[in-house]
Amino acid sequence: MSWNWEVIGETGLQFFGKMSASISHEIKNVLAIINENAGLLEDLTVMVEKGMPLDPQRLKTPASRIMKQIRRGDDIMKGMNRFAHSVDDPLRQIDLDDTLALTCALSNRFASMRGVRLELVPPSTPVPVVTNPFFLQNLLWLCLDFAMGCAGAGKTVSLKTERTGGKAAITLSKLQDMASVETASFPGDRERALLQALNADLVIDKNTGEMALTLPVHSQG
Amino acid sequence: MSEKVLLVDDEEDFLDAMATRMKDRGMEVSTTTSAADALKKVEEGAYDAVVLDLMMPEMDGLEVLKAMKEKRPELQIILLTGHATVQKGVEAIKFGAMDFIEKPADLKTLTEKIHQASSQRMVLVEKKIQDKIKRMIQEKGW
Repeated sequence: MSWNWEVIGETGLQFFGKMSASISHEIKNVLAIINENAGLLEDLTVMVEKGMPLDPQRLKTPASRIMKQIRRGDDIMKGMNRFAHSVDDPLRQIDLDDTLALTCALSNRFASMRGVRLELVPPSTPVPVVTNPFFLQNLLWLCLDFAMGCAGAGKTVSLKTERTGGKAAITLSKLQDMASVETASFPGDRERALLQALNADLVIDKNTGEMALTLPVHSQG
Repeated sequence: MSEKVLLVDDEEDFLDAMATRMKDRGMEVSTTTSAADALKKVEEGAYDAVVLDLMMPEMDGLEVLKAMKEKRPELQIILLTGHATVQKGVEAIKFGAMDFIEKPADLKTLTEKIHQASSQRMVLVEKKIQDKIKRMIQEKGW
């Protein structure tokens, strides 16, 4: 089977770059918060050295904020590491909900910038899939990006994974504005190239405001 | 006289710490995590400087900057950005920012810029008053 490698390659690089840039912005924010709270602790030290009395609570608050940001930074780096390793193997068994959760975590900052909340609905049973993890994340991001533009006044995109017969499905719903958004250009060349590479299908239902991505449980690669 | 500063950023833990440090240095500080609320505050109050995060939810920092300058042309706005590129800097100045600083920010540098902002604003406000007086004199034919 011949894939559109040029489009897949370009799309993949853009996706990787976009996510990397977003992660760097998030880490910068984490560092900025640590910087200010560490600076505040330093200021308090100077005050104590000058003989001013100090309420211990004034130390507790910045210290706990620093700990909170360190945990946040660690979570971001864990996500970045998992994302980076998604290119290790062209075919691998993954847990579909886990991959969806990672893509949502990477996309959260973009969603927040657009005032959209991503709502991940836990599946009733795990959905293991053998596929190309990076291509799948790339396609999920493109679908999510489009879906966020259709979220409407509710500003929520709900995501759910499930097993349906011999296939695995990811449904994006609560897309209240889908009926009024121009959908003729989606899926475009990028999405079609990835759908072909994943042997997947994408169905958009304007009436119900849902998008359903289905892929085989075992991709041929 | 202490400077009156408005801090605008979506990260509360950042805002609280920075506000506390600025207040300890004698500044009068207001904070908000919302771009819409920041615009309202600017309309209602006279600030010597606004320190504004470039990446805010729901409204782009540059759009907020533009809207603030429309309401208060003499307002001095310092943009905070995660990555200060030349392109971003040029854009920021084009939209009317006084300056831009990369996060994490050095408070000493930021404080100096706020002092600068206060002086610049005073000059603009005085000029505005002088121009108004001149117009009044001309209208009266004095």
